Amino acid sequence: MSIRSRFSSRLSGFFIALGAPFLLAAGVLAWLGYDPRAALAAMLRGTAGSWDAFLSVTLVRACPLLLTGLGVAVAFRAGVFNIGADGQFYLGAIAAAGLGTHAANLGLLGIPLLLLAAAFAGGAWAGVAALLRQRFRVPEVISTLMLNFIAELLVGYAVHGPLMEARGTYPQTDPVPVSARLPHLFPPSRLHAGVLLALLLAPLLWWLIRTTVFGYRLRVAGHNPIAARSAGRFDAGRIQSQAFLLSGALAGLAGGIEVLGLTYALYEKFSPGYGYTAIAVALLARLHPLAVIGSALFFGILEGGASAMQRESGIPAVLVYSVEALLILGVLLSERLLRKEPA
Amino acid sequence: MSGEATLLAALAVFTAATVRTAIPLLLAALGEVAAERSGVLHLGIEGSILCGALGAALGARSAGPHFGLLTGACAGLALAGLFVVTSVWLRADPILIGTALNLLAVGVTGALYRETFGIQGAGLTLPTLPARELPLLVDLPIVGPAFFALPLAGYLALALVPISVWFLFHTAHGLAIQACGEAPEAARAAGISVPARRAICTLWGGALAGLAGAYLVLAYVGTFSEKMSAGRGFIAIAIVVLGRWHPVGALIGALLFGGFNALQFLFQALGVAIPYQLLLMVPYAMTLVAMVGALRRSRAPAALGKP
Repeated sequence: MSIRSRFSSRLSGFFIALGAPFLLAAGVLAWLGYDPRAALAAMLRGTAGSWDAFLSVTLVRACPLLLTGLGVAVAFRAGVFNIGADGQFYLGAIAAAGLGTHAANLGLLGIPLLLLAAAFAGGAWAGVAALLRQRFRVPEVISTLMLNFIAELLVGYAVHGPLMEARGTYPQTDPVPVSARLPHLFPPSRLHAGVLLALLLAPLLWWLIRTTVFGYRLRVAGHNPIAARSAGRFDAGRIQSQAFLLSGALAGLAGGIEVLGLTYALYEKFSPGYGYTAIAVALLARLHPLAVIGSALFFGILEGGASAMQRESGIPAVLVYSVEALLILGVLLSERLLRKEPA
Repeated sequence: MSGEATLLAALAVFTAATVRTAIPLLLAALGEVAAERSGVLHLGIEGSILCGALGAALGARSAGPHFGLLTGACAGLALAGLFVVTSVWLRADPILIGTALNLLAVGVTGALYRETFGIQGAGLTLPTLPARELPLLVDLPIVGPAFFALPLAGYLALALVPISVWFLFHTAHGLAIQACGEAPEAARAAGISVPARRAICTLWGGALAGLAGAYLVLAYVGTFSEKMSAGRGFIAIAIVVLGRWHPVGALIGALLFGGFNALQFLFQALGVAIPYQLLLMVPYAMTLVAMVGALRRSRAPAALGKP
C-alpha cells in the first residue's frame, strides 16, 4: 500500500470513528432545535475553560476511565472479552472502603496497602471468571456479566449491612479516615494523587506489552491461541488468564482510588457505568495503552462536560451515552470497512 | 385470621409477584433462544427492552395500551435492526456492537423521554392493559390469580413457549435455524442463507425484547423511567443459559428469577430477616454454576457468536 493511500485510509478511518459520530450528534441536536455549537462550547467551558474545571472535572473523571480502560485494553489484547470491569471496580471499592474504615491505623503504609487490597479484590473477582473460562470453558462474556450483577448486589448488601455507617441513617459507609485519603495535588481543586498513579501505569503497561516475553505471548495469544501453542510453545489459556487477572486488578485499583481520592465513602450505584464506558475508551485508543491516556481524557471531557451542557443549554446529559455508543460503532465499522488490524 | 390463612395469603402474593416479574423476562428470553440457536449472541436485547418501554409509553399515550404494545415491539425491532446491519451484515464484533447498542438505547431513550415528557416527567401515568380473568381457573388457590388473571399479552407470552418449541424443533425452518448455529458451513453448503436466518432470528429477538419492555410499562406500572430495563436483558441471557437454549427451559428459568425476586416479599410477610440482596444474588450464581454444567452436557450452539 502506498504512503498516500495509507494516509487517506487512516484519514477516512479517523473520520468514520470520530467525525461521523459528532456530526450525527450535532445533526440530531439541530433537528431537536438546539444549537450544537453552543452545546459544544458549554461542554468545553465546563471541562477545559479554566484550570479548576480541567483539574476538578476532566482529570478527576478521566482517572477511573483511564484505569478501567487500560484494564479492558490489556484483556482485549489477549483475546479475553472482559466486560466485567464494572464489577471488578465495585470489588476494589468495597475492599478500599471496608478496610479503610475498619482496619487499624496503618500510618504511611495505609494508602499503598489499601490500594493493593483494592487491586487484589478486583483481580480476584476477574479470577472467578478466568477460572471458569480456563477450567470449564465458560464464555467470559456471560460470566463477567453475571459477576457484575453480583458485585452490585454485594455493594447494596454491604452498605445496608456490615459496612453501613455508624449512625445508621443512610445506606453508605463511614468516610475513610483522613490518613487513608489520597492527597490533593493542587489544593483548591479536587484533583487527587490517584491520577498520577494512573498516568504512570499507562506507559508501564505499554512497556510490558511491547517489550517483555509476557507481553509478546499476550499479543500472540490474542491474535491466534492455536498458533501460540504450536509455534510459541506456550499455553495461551494460561497467558490469557493472567491478562484477565491483570485487567481485573486495574479495574479494582480504579475503584479503590475512587474511594480514597474522591468520594471517601462507598454507596449504591457508586459507578455510573465506568466499566462499560471503559470499553469505548479502550476501543477508541485501538487497545494501545499510551493512546488510552488521550482516549480517557477525551471521555473525561465528554462525560464531565455533559452536565455543564445540560445546565447551560438544557440538552439532556444522558445523550452523551449515545455519542459514546456511536464512537464504538464508528471504531468497529471503520475497522471492518477499511480492513485494518488493531495496532 | 389463623396462621394458615396468613401463609396462604403470603403464598398467593408470592406467586403473583413471581409471575409478574417472570413474564417480561420470558418474552425476552424466548427471543434470545431463537437468536442464539441461530448462532447470534445478541447482548443488545437489554437496549431493545429499554427502547420497547419508551416506544410503548409513546404509543400508549397517543392511542391506548394495545397500540403501545405494537410500538414497543417495533422500537425493540428497530434497535435489533442496527445490530443486523452492523454485526450480521458487516460482521463487526457482536459483543462490542451489542454493548454499544445498549449505551445507545440509554442515551436515546433518556433524551427522548425528557424531550417529550419534560425533565420532571414523574407525573406521567399511562393507560394500562386490562387483566382478563379466565373463568374457573382464576379461582384455583394460590396459582389461580397469578397465572389466570393476566392481560392478553401475558397469555401470549405463555403461549409462545409451545409455539417456539414447535417452530424450532418440528419445522424445517427451525431445523435450518439450528443448523446456522451449530454448523454454519454445512448449512451454507445445504443452500441455507446463514446471514438471512440470523438476521430474522435477531429481529424476532429484538421485537420480543421490545414487547417485554412494553409489558413492563403497560401491564403494571403505567409509567416510564430512565434505564428501567435495569439489566433484564442480561438476565434473559442468563435464563437462556440456565434453560439450556430451550423454550421450556426459558419458562422455568424466568419463573426461577421471578421467584427469587419475589421471595423477599414472602420472607417479609413471614418475618424472616434475610437481606434481599443476598437472595437476588442466587439466580446469578446459579447461572454461573449452570454454565459449568450446561456446557458439559447440553452445550451452547457450537457456532454461537462466531461469524
